[in-house]
Amino acid sequence: MVVTESTVEAGLGGTHRLTTARAMVEAIEIEMRRDASVFYLGEDVGAYGGIFGSTTGLLDEFGPERVIDTPISETAFIGLAIGAAVEGMRPIAELMFADFMGVCLDQIYNHMAKIHYESGGHVKVPMVLTTAVGGGYSDGAQHSQCLWGTFAHLPGMKVVVPSTPADAKGLMASAIQDDNPVIYMFHKGVMGLAWMAKNSRAIDLVPEGLYTVPIGKAKVIRQGSDVSVVTIGLSVHHVLDVAENLAGNVDVEVIDLRSLVPLDREAILASVSKTGRLVVVDEDYLSFGLSGEVSATVTDVDPTMLKMPVKRVANPDTPVPYSRPLEYAILPRQDRIEAAIREVASA
Amino acid sequence: MTTTAPDRQQVGLDDEARLGLYATMVLARRFEEAILAEYHADKGPGFDIGKGLVPGEMHLAAGQEPVAAGVCAHLRSDDAITATHRPHHFAIAHGVDLGRMAAEIFGRETGLGHGRGGHMHLFDPETHFSCSGIVTEGYPAALGQAFAFVRHGTDRIAVAVTGDGGANQGAFHESLNLAACWKLPVVFVIEDNDWAISVPRSASTAVSSNATRARAYDMPGVRVEDNDVEAVYLAASEAVARARAGDGPSLIEVHTLRLWGHFEGDAQGYRPELAEVVGHDPIPSYETKLRSDGILDDSRRDKIYQQAGERIEQAIAFAKSSPLPDPSTARSYIFA
Ligand SMILES: Cc1ncc(C[n+]2csc(CCOP(=O)(O)OP(=O)(O)O)c2C)c(N)n1
Ligand SMILES: [Mg+2]
Repeated sequence: MVVTESTVEAGLGGTHRLTTARAMVEAIEIEMRRDASVFYLGEDVGAYGGIFGSTTGLLDEFGPERVIDTPISETAFIGLAIGAAVEGMRPIAELMFADFMGVCLDQIYNHMAKIHYESGGHVKVPMVLTTAVGGGYSDGAQHSQCLWGTFAHLPGMKVVVPSTPADAKGLMASAIQDDNPVIYMFHKGVMGLAWMAKNSRAIDLVPEGLYTVPIGKAKVIRQGSDVSVVTIGLSVHHVLDVAENLAGNVDVEVIDLRSLVPLDREAILASVSKTGRLVVVDEDYLSFGLSGEVSATVTDVDPTMLKMPVKRVANPDTPVPYSRPLEYAILPRQDRIEAAIREVASA
Repeated sequence: MTTTAPDRQQVGLDDEARLGLYATMVLARRFEEAILAEYHADKGPGFDIGKGLVPGEMHLAAGQEPVAAGVCAHLRSDDAITATHRPHHFAIAHGVDLGRMAAEIFGRETGLGHGRGGHMHLFDPETHFSCSGIVTEGYPAALGQAFAFVRHGTDRIAVAVTGDGGANQGAFHESLNLAACWKLPVVFVIEDNDWAISVPRSASTAVSSNATRARAYDMPGVRVEDNDVEAVYLAASEAVARARAGDGPSLIEVHTLRLWGHFEGDAQGYRPELAEVVGHDPIPSYETKLRSDGILDDSRRDKIYQQAGERIEQAIAFAKSSPLPDPSTARSYIFA
């Protein structure tokens, strides 16, 4: 049986508790067992198991032919994945931090993303590019960015960002099975790593066996009637913390987008048409990105839906500072999220 | 070419200079030991990378001091260095202010970057020192500094540092080619510590010596097989002289040693030779050599350690007593 979100909602099939990292690996394992053309390559994905636990245990089961440590040559090995995908394999290439896209972006956006279009649909690139994103632990300006807005801005690749163990598994399975290039961005703060502060939901129930979550479908993770908060990644958990705090005071609806491309505009519109109030929380840069796109999704259709102007809580276009008080000031943390929700709910 | 037995006379390595190399290595090591202790002092319970007075990733260079000390001994403070994610030993050997560097590592307003940068992003215009957390991305910038030095009519040079893993990055090859084409006064340094995080050099690199790659770009290349500060000093004396004379770039690869983990918190389960590593610490072995040559005795050694200790204590005290940046200034310095 292929378990999907709807079968899970119907209570079919078993579950077990996993960290987000472990859930991601479980999906890869299952796909690698099912499909001999799937392989994983990147830096420190073998014996180390991925710096953020994205491949732990894979080498033991599948060996160095299918779980491959590469030189620090991102252009070469991401390009290799593209070529292998063109020839019908299903590679998963890992860019250790999204911040490193600078050294290999041409392969990603001029090749991986455009080949299908340029070939008039004749050439498919069924690959996954996994990458770690996000800050909050003082890793500085070159190791803390989200950058999903940048990838999403460039046409031709799907972009998914799981925030829970179950979605990490289901979206990974869908990404591997997808005939398009999919960027799979995991926030370090949701992985449930032993060596980093964890949110309470980083270990949770995950469906057993083959399990998919559709790419491009947002999830209402908390129903509410006063304010819609649309968000993604680790911010989902910060928003849930705030929503739980405000319960009884402001009834917050929380939407986890899960995918930027395709963007589930219907889910955004459905929620805002109900609440009339919108806060967008995005750890990525404020300008020219996700928060503007979500706002425009509403105003393009019907600005009169909104009883109050949209509030955007995002990185104020600032390189992520190293020093903790500075970093906390620019990240969309609970204090800023709560203030925005209160303001939007106030009138 | 492999350099093992340096001719000291030839390169001006008198007793004073040899003690200087030793003192530089001791200073770098003691500094990193102090940072190591501060880093781990408040990460618990367990280990949380985001906690404590010095949070975030921490890449220490213990074992690699011979490279920094041997190269930087030839530099003036108006020469430039672009270092890596593992930058402290080069910063110290090049004379970056210890207090302001420590303050940056502690994220303080008095730090080199007012706490904005952190340990992988140290910028010191006074000594023309910088580093980057993106592997080998310091190489191209060194070309530009060298270019400016030539255009300004000076004999200043630039040193670019990367690791064995970094030598497989596109920027490495582009930089070597361009520097050779334009005869830029650059010394390219590779710290080969056998590992790029968990990936052994043998699994990532098609050539056993990066001197071969230098030859591909028609520049002198040397691999220094011993992690010995004098061997590095000797190789660097030629490369620096060549750059200063306007004869173009050279490459020096040093087979060095990563004594500790890739970063703090790295359990190094992938590293079979781990138990033997301490036995190859280059500082005690240089000390033995200096003692047997009659240059170093207990009192001199104690003095060097004491002086290093005092400077480091002061630097860390300065860092810890400095204010944290005001959160309302987080957006300062984005633009000039
Ligand atoms: C372009 C890029 N890719 C990957 C990384 C992640 N990373 C940081 S250090 C490192 C290993 C570097 O190895 P090496 O160049 O040998 O230097 P060492 O750490 O051994 O000093 C890697 C893969 C990075 N910072 N930049
Ligand atoms: Mg190395």
